[in-house]
Amino acid sequence: MQLTLKIWRQAPGNGQGKFENYNVVANEHMSFLEMLDVLNQDLIESGKDPVAFEHDCREGICGTCSMVINGRPHGPLQGTTVCQLHMRFFKDGDTITIEPWRAASFPIVKDLVVDRSSFDRIIQVGGYISVNTGQAPDGNAIPVERGEASKSMDAAACIGCGACVAACPNASAMLFVSAKVSHLALLPQGEVEDDKRVTAMVNQMDKEGFGNCSNVGACEAECPKEISIANIARLNRQYLRASLSGE
Amino acid sequence: MSLHSKVPPGELAEKWTNYRSSMPLVAPNNKRRLEVIVVGTGLAGASAAASLGELGYQVKCFTFHDSPRRAHSIAAQGGINAAKNYQNDGDSVYRLFYDTIKGGDYRSREANVHRLAEVSTDIIDQCVAQGVPFAREYGGLLANRSFGGVQVSRTFYARGQTGQQLLIGAYQALSRQINSGAVSMYNRHEMLDLVVVDGKARGIIARNLLTGKLERFAAHCVVLATGGYGNVYYLSTNAMCCNVTSAWRAVKRGAYMANPCFTQIHPTCIPVSGDYQSKLTLMSESLRNDGRVWVPKEKEDVDAIRNGNTRPEDLPEEKRDYYLERRYPAFGNLVPRDVASRAAKQACDEGKGVNQSGLAVFLDFADAIERYGRSEAKSQGLENPNNSDITKLGEGVVEAKYGNLFEMYEKITGDNPYKTPMMIYPAVHYTMGGLWVDYNLESNLPGLFVLGEANYSDHGANRLGASALMQGLADGYFVVPYTIGTFLSDEIRNPAISTDQRAFEEAEQATRDRLNKLISVKGNQTVEAFHRRLGLIMWEYCGMSRNADGLRKGQKMIQELREEYWNDVLVPGNADEFNPELEKAVRVADFMEMGEMMMEDALNRDESCGGHFREEYQTPEGEALRRDDEFTYVAAWEWVENADSVLHKEELTFENVELKTRSYK
Ligand SMILES: Cc1cc2nc3c(=O)[nH]c(=O)nc-3n(C[C@H](O)[C@H](O)[C@H](O)COP(=O)(O)OP(=O)(O)OC[C@H]3O[C@@H](n4cnc5c(N)ncnc54)[C@H](O)[C@@H]3O)c2cc1C
Ligand code: SF4
Ligand code: FES
Repeated sequence: MQLTLKIWRQAPGNGQGKFENYNVVANEHMSFLEMLDVLNQDLIESGKDPVAFEHDCREGICGTCSMVINGRPHGPLQGTTVCQLHMRFFKDGDTITIEPWRAASFPIVKDLVVDRSSFDRIIQVGGYISVNTGQAPDGNAIPVERGEASKSMDAAACIGCGACVAACPNASAMLFVSAKVSHLALLPQGEVEDDKRVTAMVNQMDKEGFGNCSNVGACEAECPKEISIANIARLNRQYLRASLSGE
Repeated sequence: MSLHSKVPPGELAEKWTNYRSSMPLVAPNNKRRLEVIVVGTGLAGASAAASLGELGYQVKCFTFHDSPRRAHSIAAQGGINAAKNYQNDGDSVYRLFYDTIKGGDYRSREANVHRLAEVSTDIIDQCVAQGVPFAREYGGLLANRSFGGVQVSRTFYARGQTGQQLLIGAYQALSRQINSGAVSMYNRHEMLDLVVVDGKARGIIARNLLTGKLERFAAHCVVLATGGYGNVYYLSTNAMCCNVTSAWRAVKRGAYMANPCFTQIHPTCIPVSGDYQSKLTLMSESLRNDGRVWVPKEKEDVDAIRNGNTRPEDLPEEKRDYYLERRYPAFGNLVPRDVASRAAKQACDEGKGVNQSGLAVFLDFADAIERYGRSEAKSQGLENPNNSDITKLGEGVVEAKYGNLFEMYEKITGDNPYKTPMMIYPAVHYTMGGLWVDYNLESNLPGLFVLGEANYSDHGANRLGASALMQGLADGYFVVPYTIGTFLSDEIRNPAISTDQRAFEEAEQATRDRLNKLISVKGNQTVEAFHRRLGLIMWEYCGMSRNADGLRKGQKMIQELREEYWNDVLVPGNADEFNPELEKAVRVADFMEMGEMMMEDALNRDESCGGHFREEYQTPEGEALRRDDEFTYVAAWEWVENADSVLHKEELTFENVELKTRSYK
């Protein structure tokens, strides 16, 4: 299949970038990233600068790959990361627009590569249970109701990719933060530090410059792990309770 | 130089406990003045950095990823073993120890493996306390499943995302230490050299990947937890960026590489579909609990399936060869990985491969769906359920167990595995070989500790499923935080190590020269093109089966490829900028040298054991033929510039298990 790619190119340290057009021949069995590999091989061989994009596992689990395809973070397929997207979902002759995540809190490093360390800093202020190595009681000492464990797991499935931020018109990180808050709050082990955790994480999120949540719901629609927006409601309830209790 | 395993004396089951209570300790006030570099934030590195930080050491932690949470450990699907015996099915520390020694085909060190089995139970406790959402039974207690090569249920799991959940647990513990200031985290920093001062590992040279700048970091000791080298084969189930560079640089500075030829080829991966392919996707081994492996008995049925005239699900039972169940009735579809992979290769070599390229076998869930459907119907009290009800119920159970794997399969292949059998083929997955370490996890280079997949320690010639996660976390949470004291207790009088020393200067300059040389070749072929060629050579001559002629030929081909590389590689851009192609170029250069050493090791080992199958050494039935009289040793290779590598042997002694021919029949 013959494709035209409209790709955002931006040099490091440069606040400005622009779209450039490329032609590439792909086949339908390739993954989207393999199609970009083909493009990059061509670019390198013809003495041009390859397109910088990030990836690692190529299995939809590490959260590294990140690009907006035809206006949608991770592309057209529901519940799918870019690396799991295959070319059979495109047609011969298509023009595909590819851009980086766009959010002030994710500065562009180069082309499609952005800096998501703001997410790490949010976790660092409280996205954990405070237990040192060797302090744990027997694993079966605290039974966890199966349904609750499963809800916690649903939230824990977040891969920290940042698509929710890229999808949100306010560039809010609420879905990401609420996923972590919920993962831990739904477990008896995590409940203890609830108030402290939610307050610290929300404050850090604000400090990083992420926008406010106005319930648009675009995050849930684009999240490759289908993290539910119900987590945001849970976060809001907890945050309110924590503020009332003075944390 | 002779190799000291430093295994403590005493009864096997008491060694670790006694050793721990008698080993030198570092007092808290001294810990604060001691610095440790940890390279890698996978399960091994993150758990070590967090635990060392908690203990009070000053830790500098490095990853080339943009965040510590992205390490390759995240991709592990199936689970983690522990001898909890929660299922009351006869499991014990001894049994886990025994299974691991046997599974490794008697090529690992008894004392290390026993310690691993002992601490396995602590790992589960620790992870639960951190909030890892393991699967639960209805009563709220932890659930288990079984994995290949064993007859008990001791694998803990979090859906099909066990690695992710364990890594997030370790990442969170690490984040907490970063927040407290105990750990300084350096993301997007790639270690490109090890600095050795007066015979001790004292620092690293790292490239800041954002700016391209080379930076020096010093510490009292260095911990490498940088993962495995499976990507030497180009195509593997490893994440794209996994590489051997940090370990290889350590080798070039004097550390020994142990058993490099021991590679694990995983039996259940999605087959290769074309030559543009960039990686292979694993379908978790847990699928073999319920999936049945088969190929058609007759060639005509193979052809009919290949050209689409027969649907595999329509081929009658009597025309199928469930070859694992037939050949290995005791373990059936749950034989260890090396056995299952080789059997798939044999089936395909006989012309029974079921896809276009002839390199695939079926993994079929139809029976499981029916079995689960019936029992679910019964437990729901359905009278006379019809077939479609049963199928529906059964699919529900299978979905609950393997839903995300089935979904992944369908995304990649476009086939629905609930309706038609999966196609699978073996692929490179894990490397048992790695830097040589003693009982303390310290290499022959003093002050260099090696954890996780990067060391060779516990899996012998073959790793059992769900044991890598266990080993990574054992090393990081429960072993190195203690054993590092054996080295650091002698360092308390040494002030902070300075980077203003000749050794640092020299290492930095050597690294700069290497990078500039790669950039300056400006040849005609991309790094990727070379890497693919290297992969093909490795797979052909040092893959699922090996022979002396092939290995010699392969070695020669790699030498030629290396020569060509340094004369014709095309790396765009410059060294002093963000340059992902240069990152790859450095890694591929090291892979080539490593590949040669793997062949050397495979050639030296005139026996078949575990993942290493030498065609010259097999039984009349085609099973591996081990040669214990001559090869019960760890082969530790010393690199010598411009000369052959030198072999050092660590003889393995077995005082507690009897060496037997592995039989899964
Ligand atoms: C698809 C797949 C599924 C698996 N499933 C299972 C399973 O179910 N159960 C099981 O037990 N095992 C499983 N394994 C194996 C297991 O995941 C790995 O062996 C294990 O996670 C390795 O952990 P590690 O900490 O040693 O290394 P890794 O997780 O590979 O981490 C390496 C770290 O080192 C860093 N690094 C490397 N080189 C450098 C450098 N030069 N400079 C700076 N940083 C560097 C990386 O950034 C990374 O942080 C699976 C493996 C694969 C490929
Ligand atoms: S919530 Fe979803 S979109 Fe946001 S970071 Fe997590 S996985 Fe990505
Ligand atoms: S590359 Fe890992 S999620 Fe896409």
